[in-house]
Amino acid sequence: MLSAVADAKREGKRDDVDTVFASHYVQVCLPKFHMPRSETPKEVAYQVIHDELLLDGNPRLNLASFVTTWMEPEFDKLILEAINKNYIDMDTYPISTELQDRCVNMVARLLNAPIKDGEPAVGAGCIGSSEAIMLAGLAFKRKWQNKRKSQGLPWDKPNMVTGANVQVCWEKFARYFEVELREVKLREGYYIMDPEKAVQMVDENTICVAGILGSTYNGEFEDIKLLNDLLLEQNARTGWDTPIHVDGASGGFIAPFICPDLEWDFRLPLVKSINVSGHKYGLVYAGVGWVVWRSKADLPEELIFHVNYLGTDQPTFTLNFSKGASHLIAQYYQFIRLGHNGYKRVMQNCRENALYLRDAVDATGHFHILSKREGVPLLAFSLKDRCQFDEYDVADNLKRFGWILPAYTMAPGAEHITLLRAVVREDFSRTLADRLVRDIIRTIEYLKDRAAKSTSQFTPPVPRNQVPCEDNVKRIGEEFVRRLRLKAAASRSQGVC
Amino acid sequence: MLSAVTGAKSDGQRDHVDTVFASRYVKVGLPKLRMPECETPKEVAYQVIHDELLLDGNPRLNLASFVTTWMEPECDKLILEALNKNYIDMDNYPISTELQDRCVNMIARLLNAPIKDGESAVGAGCIGSSEAIMLAGLAFKRKWQNKRKAQGLPFDKPNIVTGANVQVCWEKFARYFEVELREVKLREGYYVIDPVKAVDMVDENTICVAGILGSTYNGEFEDIKLINDLLMEKNAKTGWDTPIHVDGASGGFIAPFLYPDLEWDFRLPLVKSINVSGHKYGLVYAGVGWVVWKSKQDLPDELIFHVNYLGVDQPTFTLNFSKGASHLIAQYYQFIRLGQNGYKRVMENCRENALYLRDAVEATGYFDILSKKEGVPLLAFSLKDRSQFDEYDVADNLKRCGWILPAYTMAPDAEHVSLLRAVVREDFSRTLADRLLRDITRTIDYLKKRAVVKPSELVPTRPVPAEQNEERIGRESLRLSRQKSTNARSQGVC
Repeated sequence: MLSAVADAKREGKRDDVDTVFASHYVQVCLPKFHMPRSETPKEVAYQVIHDELLLDGNPRLNLASFVTTWMEPEFDKLILEAINKNYIDMDTYPISTELQDRCVNMVARLLNAPIKDGEPAVGAGCIGSSEAIMLAGLAFKRKWQNKRKSQGLPWDKPNMVTGANVQVCWEKFARYFEVELREVKLREGYYIMDPEKAVQMVDENTICVAGILGSTYNGEFEDIKLLNDLLLEQNARTGWDTPIHVDGASGGFIAPFICPDLEWDFRLPLVKSINVSGHKYGLVYAGVGWVVWRSKADLPEELIFHVNYLGTDQPTFTLNFSKGASHLIAQYYQFIRLGHNGYKRVMQNCRENALYLRDAVDATGHFHILSKREGVPLLAFSLKDRCQFDEYDVADNLKRFGWILPAYTMAPGAEHITLLRAVVREDFSRTLADRLVRDIIRTIEYLKDRAAKSTSQFTPPVPRNQVPCEDNVKRIGEEFVRRLRLKAAASRSQGVC
Repeated sequence: MLSAVTGAKSDGQRDHVDTVFASRYVKVGLPKLRMPECETPKEVAYQVIHDELLLDGNPRLNLASFVTTWMEPECDKLILEALNKNYIDMDNYPISTELQDRCVNMIARLLNAPIKDGESAVGAGCIGSSEAIMLAGLAFKRKWQNKRKAQGLPFDKPNIVTGANVQVCWEKFARYFEVELREVKLREGYYVIDPVKAVDMVDENTICVAGILGSTYNGEFEDIKLINDLLMEKNAKTGWDTPIHVDGASGGFIAPFLYPDLEWDFRLPLVKSINVSGHKYGLVYAGVGWVVWKSKQDLPDELIFHVNYLGVDQPTFTLNFSKGASHLIAQYYQFIRLGQNGYKRVMENCRENALYLRDAVEATGYFDILSKKEGVPLLAFSLKDRSQFDEYDVADNLKRCGWILPAYTMAPDAEHVSLLRAVVREDFSRTLADRLLRDITRTIDYLKKRAVVKPSELVPTRPVPAEQNEERIGRESLRLSRQKSTNARSQGVC
């Protein structure tokens, strides 16, 4: 930017900005490696950065993600008002602190934590379910270590049991906090954790078994009750007292409203902690999650830091320190704005739109449906016939219509399965669902058409169903690309949720 | 809220909201323990929550904090526009991802990381220095463990050497990641890490020595160069190869602009990683920090997760996953908006205003000054005479004038020293400095008057040692109890 300004000065031109696009500033690119020497007028800085960001995907059309992409304008007002509040400064911002405490209490009671009237719940506001899960895992690890130490037994090889379909943050927790991750592999047709296999993998070093309410791959709810019952039996025999954590990142804000009789939460005796993402079906923008413990006894005191403000003790247990107060306030806003009824109606709308989408996509005849009718409102589907094009082609071509609907491979044990996933969030109306179906159909037609044209160029004109795919040179090339993508995408890290 | 709505319906009245304060919704308190059954109209939800929040302190007048409390409206626009972008979704928001990478590159070069032209720096955007420090600590721990395993030596007792003045996140790191924290105690008059003592404490299990550029207590820069030189000598003797991490949470964005010749960063050979807070003198709202490593070798590959997007490998190393993209974009906005020149002028203004405040407070004659002229632009000061009132009284009374200027006790072993700390941030003008000074003077006058106008039986008519004064004893015991309750480093909010 310096040279543009210097030039302007030398030529005797004004260097104040009348119109951004008439100025000298748009003649040079934004710097990438070095902080520029000089200042840039604020209108220019805003406009040029804003413009480059136009090339990001449109969050509203990002069907890959569970994370909230729309909130009411009233919330935008609240967020701006709170943007310069550093949440951790509880002394100075006691109301913001209290709003967080109210959210913890409300979430805990929603999850049926056994708390008496008026008693504060045990929990924390986090940046997201990753932080929440790390805190929960840390609590399990420390509790288990203390127990083993008091029993005079070795405590250097903790492990935890999960399904292979867990989100990457579990792998991070295991790697960073030195816990062995034991994963129950999936299999074709069964894409979540098998409770029996899970319980078999448990031993005396298991700090907890983690079940998911709403697998990121296909939205399915794992059978936490069965897990609980089997583990209770095993605990009775072994005396190991292995507990359960439920990753309710998506499902935790769905199940209480549309399937309240499903027993998956603190109603099950072995469930000691649960995390939920405020920024998924908690209906707040990215940057807030919650972890709740059943009781004080489930959170070792030595992990808690005590902040003393206004003469009262405020215990804190977080990995992050300074952070904005806006999202915590936003969560409280949503709880008041929607109430139980409002959340229920939103979830019902999501479910109905997801079922509508499911039926419509099923009716095209091109796809297998991999998601269940119950669970997180999403549609996971894969092509019946991959000879001419695959899910990655479908995803690439849907982009041309504006949709972001990526393709993934399933987790280990079933990584030969590729699928497309469309998450139905609060802001996905029936109108958009109709558009999506129409564009999926158009995409398939286009791809078939394209395949037919290229087949006729490269292969002898024989009925398609009599030619093994392997004999088709172009098909081999495509298969090679597909496997390459499969290999590149095999890292669970790509499973953004 | 439910009963208010039912009431309205049964009275045959409309239950939509004409005026919030004429409606039934303001007759009941907001719920605290249980989610309400019914919805609330959005104007009401906004207004009632907004109103309760009026009772929070005013961030602009919060002189305790280093964290940015003002940004230009243009940045607010960018922040709002990016609210619904989940940063971690690199596939879908590649520009936001690239803006973060640009920030990492710019910061690394600001800190003199030895990177060639066009080469990418090794670093990460974080929520704040806490996450940054945990990532850096994790890297040191894993590197040390790998080295010990390769040597066939025990690797179960890692420790880290710091000053007792470290921010609480170091204690958290130590506690959560099972590393022993060895703290060099302070002493009266010396409120930062003593490099000689620190290097003394190092042994074969030390994963790193952490120095601070800008102690939260009094803003002082620790002598990183001396730590480096002493540690190099020791490393040469022992072969332990102990590295250094610099916590530049506040100082990291000040020193490059005000003290460019001060050697504290990657120019020192033993410095392997540095954290800086984007939300302190990086001039962005709370929620962004940065960690940079000297080179790839300093970050064990096994800690990195690889995300594959658009066919390109994007390595990531973070504790948090989903989070908003706004603050990372805001950091880039500041780098472009201000440039090096702009940052320098902001820091110079802060320094001048801090020095002005220092001279003026000192001139009142009531206070000892505990901060240095160099360092983070702040004023740390304590009362010369505590017999009638203490720093907590001053803080309490300054609140009545609108200022949030809390009192603290120093870290061990200087916890008998209490102090007031006023941080000069970007948005603290000379006008505000004048006001603060006037109010400090008024507060002292008020407290002196209040101390004198007491029932005569509580105040002896002849001079007596402070210990024999009942009211003084009462006050002293109150002060000690506050000291005890505030001793937890956790209260040192920065």
